[in-house]
Amino acid sequence: MTTNTAKEFWRWKEYNWHDSAVDPKSAEIITAGVDVGSVSSQAVVLLDGQLYAYASMRTGSNSPDSAIKAMNWALENTGLTIADLQFTVGTGYGRVNVPFANRAITEIACHARGGNFMYGPTVRTILDMGGQDCKAILCDENGKVTNFLMNDKCAAGTGRGMEVFADLLGVPIEEVGDLSLDVDEEPPPVSSTCVVFAKSEAASLLREGWSKKRVLASYCSAMAHRVVSLLQRIGVVKDFAITGGIAKNRGVVVRLEKELNIKAIQSKYDAQIAGALGAALFAKAMVEKQRKTVLQ
Amino acid sequence: MIIAGVDMGSKFVKVVILKDGAIQGKATETTGFEPIEAASRCLHSAAEASGIKATSIEYITATGAGRKVAPGANSDITDVGAAAKGVARLHPPARTVLDIGAEEGRSIKIDANGKVVDFAVNEKCAAGAGAFAESMARALEVSLEEFGKLSLQSNKSIPMNAQCAVFAESEVVSLMHAQTPKQDISRAVHDAIASRIISMARRIGITQDLVLIGGLSYNPGFVDALNRGFEFKVHVPADAEYVGALGAAITAEERNR
Repeated sequence: MTTNTAKEFWRWKEYNWHDSAVDPKSAEIITAGVDVGSVSSQAVVLLDGQLYAYASMRTGSNSPDSAIKAMNWALENTGLTIADLQFTVGTGYGRVNVPFANRAITEIACHARGGNFMYGPTVRTILDMGGQDCKAILCDENGKVTNFLMNDKCAAGTGRGMEVFADLLGVPIEEVGDLSLDVDEEPPPVSSTCVVFAKSEAASLLREGWSKKRVLASYCSAMAHRVVSLLQRIGVVKDFAITGGIAKNRGVVVRLEKELNIKAIQSKYDAQIAGALGAALFAKAMVEKQRKTVLQ
Repeated sequence: MIIAGVDMGSKFVKVVILKDGAIQGKATETTGFEPIEAASRCLHSAAEASGIKATSIEYITATGAGRKVAPGANSDITDVGAAAKGVARLHPPARTVLDIGAEEGRSIKIDANGKVVDFAVNEKCAAGAGAFAESMARALEVSLEEFGKLSLQSNKSIPMNAQCAVFAESEVVSLMHAQTPKQDISRAVHDAIASRIISMARRIGITQDLVLIGGLSYNPGFVDALNRGFEFKVHVPADAEYVGALGAAITAEERNR
């Protein structure tokens, strides 16, 4: 294979964070969640149920490695190592391949649980727009899933589709959303559903003289429309929240809110860690349950 | 009587000329950005190949994506109708026609007279069309022609998990990283396209007298994958690209009877 020297516009920023004001040694329960997705992996560490550290990075070709890398990066400079984690739950596409996990739980359950923590108990509908799938999840006030619908068959309406477009137009993926909103007039949405066909449609729109911004607006609006049809099939109940990478793309979010006529509620937490956060919360509940059993 | 069928495809224009029911000559031209000019050039070359003057053509029926703008056309017929008639002439026992192009796939059920009984179309998803093979050939860095042939060298079936052509590309990259031989990847891709096409064909019912036309009929890897999937041999006519134009010409003939 030849190496690609061209700029990779799809490549989003990887990041890690930890709360340096907290001493992890003072915590009683240290739990973790790892969400190994098809495109990105997140690791979250909780101290007594409070968010302490996290990391988000691209999933490599080997899921066990990606899980270890993400967790080590989350724990960087914290003084903690994987051995200090009392219980870890793996979730996402590669959840059974997390070598240090004590249990695997589906990402649907984890997103609902994480969403409940991030957006509060009033959230009833969580739209998770991931790298290779899109899920509409209904949950109760405890973050328990009551119903869900998902598309994991088709790249239309997923982060991967957006990456393809960022690359085609040579626009860094983080800028796609804002650029797409910088148009005088909203263009009609790209008519092809399939990302492969949408690519050729976009190329001919550019040839017709459309600006990049206008093509991006057209694609973001098509993506929003596609996701709205998934949401309408399940029925949106307020409060409504969006998780996953596309939650950071205002071009899609604003159009989606407009079409649904519902505003998505905001959180101080990073929308991309919802799954791993939910997994870590499940891990905490399991440690508590174990303790109870031991004490009885 | 001298008549012509014009197939105004999005990539190529094809013309077939019939004289008293027999094929006299045919021609093809790239459609380009001026389909009308391309079609009239194509009509002239087909006339020349038939040893007649273009002006002696008495009746023209057009088909294909640009059939409404075909120059000098007296009538038109849908792609599906033309494909059915063309196939019925070339291979009379045919009862199912698969027409698989770059961005569209159709499965057509026909009767003994080449009349359309039922049909199904996929124009929404690249996973059941030639575009899938094109993008995978690009990922493997081989020509499309080579990509089709490579598949025949493999005797190993690797199932593809992804249905979507975009997701499949990531899967192909992982297979390459795992040192999977190119021929096995090629076979996996052709099997995946074939399985999409077969399930589309099943929706309207399959008969063993099945004729494959369209761009993918030139891809030996795809034909092989279809044969294995159906567990019988599909029939691929010679000059498969002229089937639509021939069907249009036959329509012209019928309308002048």
